[in-house]
Amino acid sequence: MSKNIKLCKGLDIKLAGKAEKVVESAPMAKSYAVSPLDYENVTPKLLVKVGDQVEVGTALFFDKNNPRILFTSPVSGVVSAINRGEKRKLLNVAVEPDQKQQMKELKVVNPATAERSEIVEMLLASGLWTRIVERPFGVIANPDAQPKAIFVSAFDSAPLAPDYNFVLASEKAEVEAGMQLLARLTDGKVHLSARKGDEGFMAEVKGVEYHTFSGKHPVGNVGVQIHHIDRIAKGDIVWTVNIQDVAIMGRLVLSGKLDMSKTVAVAGSEAKKPAYKRIISGAAVESIVGKVEAGVRIISGDVLTGTTTAADGYIAAGANMLTLIPEGDKYELLGWAMPRFHRFSVSRAYFSWLCPKKEYKLDTNLNGGERPFVVTGLYEKYLPMDVYVSYLLKACLVKDLDKMENLGLYEVLPEDLALCEFVDPSKIEMQQILRDGINLMIKES
Amino acid sequence: MGLRKFVDKIKPTFSEGGKLGFLHSTFEGFETFLYVPNTVTKKGAHIRDCNDIKRVMIVVVLALVPAMLFGMYNVGRLAGIEGVLPAFWYGFLEALPNIVVSYVVGLSIEFAFAQKRKHEINEGFLVTGLLIPLVMPIGVPCWIVALSTAFAVIIGKEVFGGTGMNVFNPALLARAFAFFAYTPQMSGEAVWYADGKTGATALEQLATTNQMEWSAMDAFWGFIPGSLGETSTAAILLGAALLLFTGVASWRIMLSVFVGGLAFGYLFDAVGMTDYPAYYHLLVGGFAFGAVFMATDPVTSAQTNCGKWIYGFMVGALAVLIRVVNPAYPEGMMLSILFMNALAPLIDYFVVERNIARRKKLIKNVK
Repeated sequence: MSKNIKLCKGLDIKLAGKAEKVVESAPMAKSYAVSPLDYENVTPKLLVKVGDQVEVGTALFFDKNNPRILFTSPVSGVVSAINRGEKRKLLNVAVEPDQKQQMKELKVVNPATAERSEIVEMLLASGLWTRIVERPFGVIANPDAQPKAIFVSAFDSAPLAPDYNFVLASEKAEVEAGMQLLARLTDGKVHLSARKGDEGFMAEVKGVEYHTFSGKHPVGNVGVQIHHIDRIAKGDIVWTVNIQDVAIMGRLVLSGKLDMSKTVAVAGSEAKKPAYKRIISGAAVESIVGKVEAGVRIISGDVLTGTTTAADGYIAAGANMLTLIPEGDKYELLGWAMPRFHRFSVSRAYFSWLCPKKEYKLDTNLNGGERPFVVTGLYEKYLPMDVYVSYLLKACLVKDLDKMENLGLYEVLPEDLALCEFVDPSKIEMQQILRDGINLMIKES
Repeated sequence: MGLRKFVDKIKPTFSEGGKLGFLHSTFEGFETFLYVPNTVTKKGAHIRDCNDIKRVMIVVVLALVPAMLFGMYNVGRLAGIEGVLPAFWYGFLEALPNIVVSYVVGLSIEFAFAQKRKHEINEGFLVTGLLIPLVMPIGVPCWIVALSTAFAVIIGKEVFGGTGMNVFNPALLARAFAFFAYTPQMSGEAVWYADGKTGATALEQLATTNQMEWSAMDAFWGFIPGSLGETSTAAILLGAALLLFTGVASWRIMLSVFVGGLAFGYLFDAVGMTDYPAYYHLLVGGFAFGAVFMATDPVTSAQTNCGKWIYGFMVGALAVLIRVVNPAYPEGMMLSILFMNALAPLIDYFVVERNIARRKKLIKNVK
């Protein structure tokens, strides 16, 4: 067993509305959707039209950049809507479920004995391939690539994040099967990282390189873990998979059926009853949280990296939680000069350092105007990586590809800079700047 | 709330297309001063720390207050006024015109540039505007303050793109401008006292005679002549404590400036070039003020942690070097900080290059 990796940098933002550890089954939603916008750099090409009958695992669209990558329906039923935005951009394909939940016949192979190519084909056909993320760049993995290693984080350290030990408590066999499947995809190692002292059954999972981490968020970010286990150098390709998706892959192998159900946390100060819900991927938000009043922001994912979701929208494919927090579209008289006991700041210019245990109810107010880079040395305290954040971001802003590469663009994804963005008094949109930089790099290379 | 209603009512007049639309940035500046705006996060992190640049700047202004108040009292005391309050009041009236002039001139230029560029107004000048009168001798004429402020803001800051883009610390640039353009009014024996009294500063005495007529304790508490804000090391340390506690200023820089100054002070004392203890350097002149408020300016100092150590040490060392080796110009702090401002990007360049080298080494390890 390898030794524990302890990270000193980071921050745990304590928010009100932690999900209680009970799982309820959400009712069948009126519709389920698959959206190309949940993925980076996908150019969708439709395979169905409104009114088509689909089964669980029927491909709805594919990626024009790589036609082998299919996006499949999580439920069986009828394609009820194909929603488009400006310039006919595909927003999502909605499926109205039926009662039968018919599964599409899939050729399920035994990962222990099958060829690697057969396993790849199985994952591609089921649509589960889309759940494999490739680094650098954080895009859907290229099925033709040979990753140096595969990394799985067994815990999420983001504010209010679901506890995967709880979520996956009854799915040890599935996680193990999923891990064995991943092991066949790489000639290198499969790394599994758990939180020290809260390891659940993760330490017992066989066939993986097991690590433990301790520290504050972003210690659970797989990018940070990669940095401390086996850094990405230029030319390296590594894959990462969310632990709950590993379990879904394992389920496919063990039962031979594609079952897209998962447990998500419903959390945040505006959640009426913060708890866990058993849902099927892509469910309408309303079926999970019910009616939500105006003035509440629904976030697919955590408060730092999630995407804003409309009350009549759908939970994002990769999201394992819904966070509900108040919108902050209010003025605050002389707020910058006030003590502001109810707000949180890492700076001792405010007073939240006096009550480190307090759980805050934070809203979406930007708390200031956007300014140029002024403070220094702050961002590096919240990114446990050997990366100079402001230099990298400035390289992205001036579109200097060589600098971006040299300063560590291959090692970070926007989620890793989320905390820096949170603490930044200049309110710079760091995640967006980095994403634009990464997309530019993809385009140019 | 009545005030909010009033602001909302007059807002259209000042918005683009409104009658006074050309004052858009100015209005916005005042509005965001009154109210934290209602903008919500759109992309990226949905929640944000409640700290913003306004708060950062106001903390620095607060940190300057002890030095400023003591400076005012000291001006009255040196003018021979009896009693704390009357002396303070005298000094207050002496210093007020410079402070007002610096703010009015500087803010007008800032507002004009923000207007022209359709930017929001940046808060940086809240600090600069107070720093400028604090580093000037009390007897300096207002028009010199106005001229040097204008020079510092336009040439020092706005031509580079405004707050966050400047190479040199604007307040120091103002003082350097005044010093070199109007040397007779800025140095010599006449300007450090109000009301025509004259006398050399401690720094000048040390430079010329290797001793001063005040004790080290006097110098520490600030009962010596000098620029408005820089005399009392004690008051400056009070401000430093606030800056360090809130994390607004870099402790690395502050500490290394003092270390650099002490090290070179000891060195010169050891080789016999000076004949007073090294710590005198930290007590007299602008050393402490520069170390706490000027060298730590995040925009013009080194940005990497490693770079900050080097930068700070060099600032302190150079200041003492200039003081000792160049008796014609006893105050070295201003020039050493400006010089290191120019070198800071170079220091950072080498620190970042090392980061890049570490990253490139990874590739070799694989192959």
